[in-house]
Amino acid sequence: MLAVSLLAFALFRFVGDPVAVMVGQETSIEDQERLREQLGLNDPVIAQYTRFLGNLVTGDFGYSYRTRQPIGQMILNRMPATVELGFVSLLISLLVGIPAGIYTALRNDGVIANTILITTLIGISIPTFVIGIFLIYVFGVQLGWLPTFGRGDVVEIGWWKTNFLTLGGLRALILPAITLGVYQLTLTMRLVRSEMQDVMNTDFIKFAIARGIDYRTVHYKHALRNSMVPVITIIGLQFGGVIAFSIVTESVFQWPGMGLLFLDSIRFVDIPVMSVYLVLIALIFVIINLIVDILYFVIDPRVRLKAEAS
Amino acid sequence: MGALLGVTDLTVHYPTRFGIFTAIDGINLSLEPGQIHGLVGESGAGKSTIGAAIIGLIPSPGYISRGDIKLLGQSLPGLSQKAYHKLRGAKISMIFQDPQTSLNPLLTIEDQLVETIRQHSDDNYQKARDKAVALLEETGIENAESRMGEYPHQFSGGMRQRVVIALALCTDPDLIIADEPTTALDVAIQAQILDLIRRLAHDRGVGFLLITHDIGVIAEITDSVSVLRGGKLMEEGKTAQVLGHPRHDYTKALMAAVPRLEEKLDRFANILGDEPSLPTPELLWKVDGASDQFATEWLLQGNRHTASEGPVLSVRDLDVTFYTDRQFSLGKGNAVRALQGISLDVHPGQVLGVIGESGSGKSTLAKAIVGLVRPSAGRIEFNGSELPLGRERARTHPSRRKIQMVFQDPYSSLNNRRKIEDIIGEPIRFFDLARDKREQRRIVASVLDLVGMPQRAMLKFPHQFSGGQRQRIAIARALVARPEFLICDEPTSALDVSIQAQILNLLKDLQAQFGLSILFISHNLAVVRQMSDQVVVLKSGRLMESDNSDDFFARPSDAYSRRLLAETPSLDLLLGT
Amino acid sequence: MLTWWRRIRLENELIYLFLRSPVAQVAAAIATLSVLGALFAPLVAPTNPYDLASFDILDSFVPPAWVDQGDPRFLIGTDDQGRDLLSSILYGARLSLLVGLSSVAFAAILGTGLGLAAGYFGGRLDTIVMRIADVQLSLPAILTALLVDGVARGILPREQHDDLLLVVLTVAIGLSLWVNFARTARASTFVERNKEYVQAAEIMGLHPLRIMAVAILPNILGPLMVIGTVDLAVAILLEATLSFLGVGVPPNQPSLGTLIRIGTEYIFSGEWWIVIFPSMTLIVMIVSVNILGDFFRAVLNPRLR
Repeated sequence: MLAVSLLAFALFRFVGDPVAVMVGQETSIEDQERLREQLGLNDPVIAQYTRFLGNLVTGDFGYSYRTRQPIGQMILNRMPATVELGFVSLLISLLVGIPAGIYTALRNDGVIANTILITTLIGISIPTFVIGIFLIYVFGVQLGWLPTFGRGDVVEIGWWKTNFLTLGGLRALILPAITLGVYQLTLTMRLVRSEMQDVMNTDFIKFAIARGIDYRTVHYKHALRNSMVPVITIIGLQFGGVIAFSIVTESVFQWPGMGLLFLDSIRFVDIPVMSVYLVLIALIFVIINLIVDILYFVIDPRVRLKAEAS
Repeated sequence: MGALLGVTDLTVHYPTRFGIFTAIDGINLSLEPGQIHGLVGESGAGKSTIGAAIIGLIPSPGYISRGDIKLLGQSLPGLSQKAYHKLRGAKISMIFQDPQTSLNPLLTIEDQLVETIRQHSDDNYQKARDKAVALLEETGIENAESRMGEYPHQFSGGMRQRVVIALALCTDPDLIIADEPTTALDVAIQAQILDLIRRLAHDRGVGFLLITHDIGVIAEITDSVSVLRGGKLMEEGKTAQVLGHPRHDYTKALMAAVPRLEEKLDRFANILGDEPSLPTPELLWKVDGASDQFATEWLLQGNRHTASEGPVLSVRDLDVTFYTDRQFSLGKGNAVRALQGISLDVHPGQVLGVIGESGSGKSTLAKAIVGLVRPSAGRIEFNGSELPLGRERARTHPSRRKIQMVFQDPYSSLNNRRKIEDIIGEPIRFFDLARDKREQRRIVASVLDLVGMPQRAMLKFPHQFSGGQRQRIAIARALVARPEFLICDEPTSALDVSIQAQILNLLKDLQAQFGLSILFISHNLAVVRQMSDQVVVLKSGRLMESDNSDDFFARPSDAYSRRLLAETPSLDLLLGT
Repeated sequence: MLTWWRRIRLENELIYLFLRSPVAQVAAAIATLSVLGALFAPLVAPTNPYDLASFDILDSFVPPAWVDQGDPRFLIGTDDQGRDLLSSILYGARLSLLVGLSSVAFAAILGTGLGLAAGYFGGRLDTIVMRIADVQLSLPAILTALLVDGVARGILPREQHDDLLLVVLTVAIGLSLWVNFARTARASTFVERNKEYVQAAEIMGLHPLRIMAVAILPNILGPLMVIGTVDLAVAILLEATLSFLGVGVPPNQPSLGTLIRIGTEYIFSGEWWIVIFPSMTLIVMIVSVNILGDFFRAVLNPRLR
């Protein structure tokens, strides 16, 4: 975490001349100097860094160069959109991906298995935005069933705006969620398949079969459980992928989320937003990794006992 | 035909891209209830295939192409998958070599035991659990009741194998197929497990099919045995008769190759002809001027160590301590004392045998001598002068050439991506032992000749050769540096018995010819007996005893040594020596 | 001669399986075709879309030749600026491939080098490299690429922007991919390092660099090749995505991603060809790279067949 905040700060301080960007070309030199002084840009680097950290912790994220609004506000505005989108796509990818993975691991041939495999191969090869465009074209333009941009109807609960509570909102959510979910889905499926295949080849599975345990139990109780361990790590990483690729999806569907915010900040070299986004994302990842570690602890007795022993 | 198991003319084929491969051919076998029958053979003989065929788990694409298997009168091959699966556990069960991978690491043993019991009976949970506890006690696990909730990795190797056996028993099968059940275990534990099997066969009337490559094990507990080679049955009958008075040539050769514990022979009698390693035209290929005589002359040139006073290698009070890594912080973790206070001497032209089980520190000793590991205390002297230890030994230190090593695993001791010529040529080049490329080639070809390999091998890659052949190449590589001291770390442990005999003969010949001083490390007492003049015993990093070989094997003074000797399965009882 | 070929066919697993798998052959054929087409784009394409003088805005939005209003000069139509779409696709594919290959090469060299060293020397070097890798791994590739890109834009003076953009892009994508190589190289090195042939070399006193390069490296190439093909697909994907978002290749040198973006704007007004053809090309390219990657993985790991 510390490393990431350092990086963000470096970005903030050293990239470009913030003042120049902020005030435009016409201000006089004296005014620029005054602004510099005010912003504390002339203080020693260490002081600036600690101030930066302090600000972060207290939630003061500074101001965007581009829009002059407080960044914290902007993020809160956009966060629900991204979170809901991400959540639904993750759900889709897990609900479809895991069973598909199990199925193709156990059945090595047959029409259905092969079709699924080919579909997933294509699935990882299509860039997210192409899927988005394709879906827009088919469902939005040609068939006109589903809305193709914006969030549609939202309901406000406190400061959180949600799509879930209205039909219109849900409909608007479908296309972007599927777009985002497809890539993750194929990754999950392939991983589950590969892990299960590995597990099915181990000695203890052979021993279980030799003891006459029925195949169903072998597959689910023994094989699946043992495959889950690495799958969990990947799911954790996937959550990250979802956040990352939301940038693309939000761009295609004009979904007003954090991803779009970040994208704009890159386009306009809006450094403060970039650095805050960076820090936030890192925070999310650290939390996810923590959760994954805890899950490992719960599931794998070897990890549990090692920790207790030391 | 056997009342329990009757196998007639069993043949299993595997279609491969090279054609149809016959794994086993026309095997006949019979077993009575309570009888322990051994299936012995070297690697590739097909023993595991027979086991897999009986339990109906031949890995695809293999299939039974001919023959019949009758279990308690019922014919097996024609059964449907479902019917076959019902038999598994109920009538036939199987246990494997490695207890660590045989148990599901994520489930408690209670879970695994109870599930198995309830699979085959109507017992409720509590009743099943009670049965499980009883079984664990029967297989010799103490505090069975309290250990039920534990996980597999909390048991030691031997205990784990007992759990595995308990698991196989809890369905009350009539036949248990044991595929190399003790190969991964230490000698002492092996003795206990074999004892357990014998007891179970006797008390419960369970028939055992014991598959192994270890003739000592066969001698210990089997009532009858089948000898296999290349998928075919060579000989079978009562164990005492087959091993003691073998009728078939192969069995005779096999028995001759087994290292004896009771006396040191000059050489192993080699009745089996060597399999040609290359097609005949290639065998005739030679490099100009290369021959084994040339190799002998060339190698003798470098050996200037005349019989001087004092030992070649002298180790004094050697201590090696490893620190485990701490997980979350820097700095040292727990200390593991791999070696403590080791002192030994190797005299010129002698072979010092180092006996030790796994964890005794024998490999660490080897690594300390060659500089791969840095001792925390003690000194090592080579030819009278002190050897710098660990990292302090410069890469150009002369001892690097004079001390060479032959490793255990022939499949990882040669770089798979390099030609044999380059592998053997590297020390020549590195130590500047040849004038030019041409002379280097000549030396490489000659040394290959010397170790019994065709010269043409130098153009090939390691994967084209078998384990024994690779070990010869490894020996060639060690020799070519013209060493004065050779360390052999379990050089034949990974090889079949007959190949082992050949390699040991080779080592004996080379040692005699070039007066090499050798440190010979092995866990196999019989092998050490055959090779060494002096012997030391290591246990948990300490030196337990040091003696000359004859005295040691006749009457070891240390209690641990005595126990080791007693527990080594030996053929003495059988052969009445 | 024939027996030599027959022997190679049987003994060399890679070739054997390749000849047995029509899917792999088709994929390889497509990949080769696209590589050739892309490399020779300047020769093959009817026009040069980068040359501002070669197209005329009056020619814009011409549909493909087989639709009426089509023009045989422009086989699959033109885009919004009058550029011939076929040429644009060829050049664009070339650009995508170029960026993809160079970024993977960059990532491979950097990653393998660091991974090898970390695996071989262990200790502190290993910990440092792994920490860096972990930190980076917590950021998905696209974020890293975007970030590097954004930072570069901030740092570089505006005039040099366009020229260096391709380099920036390559480095950005490369930096987001090196970790895969490093981890795989490190893991494989760990395995090989304890093997006895490496110990034999160390005992002899060979220099570590020589040991790593001559002894270990050839033995870890297998998994690295798998990662290479997988990452190539990812690199192409990333480049396309970045260009689509407008932060990739310079605007006057459109890659497939840029073309798709242009096409998206006109999807509602019916000029479907501007979006469809580049998309299809992109998908086909990536699919064939992925198939090859799968094929390598299957060769390496017999259980998957």
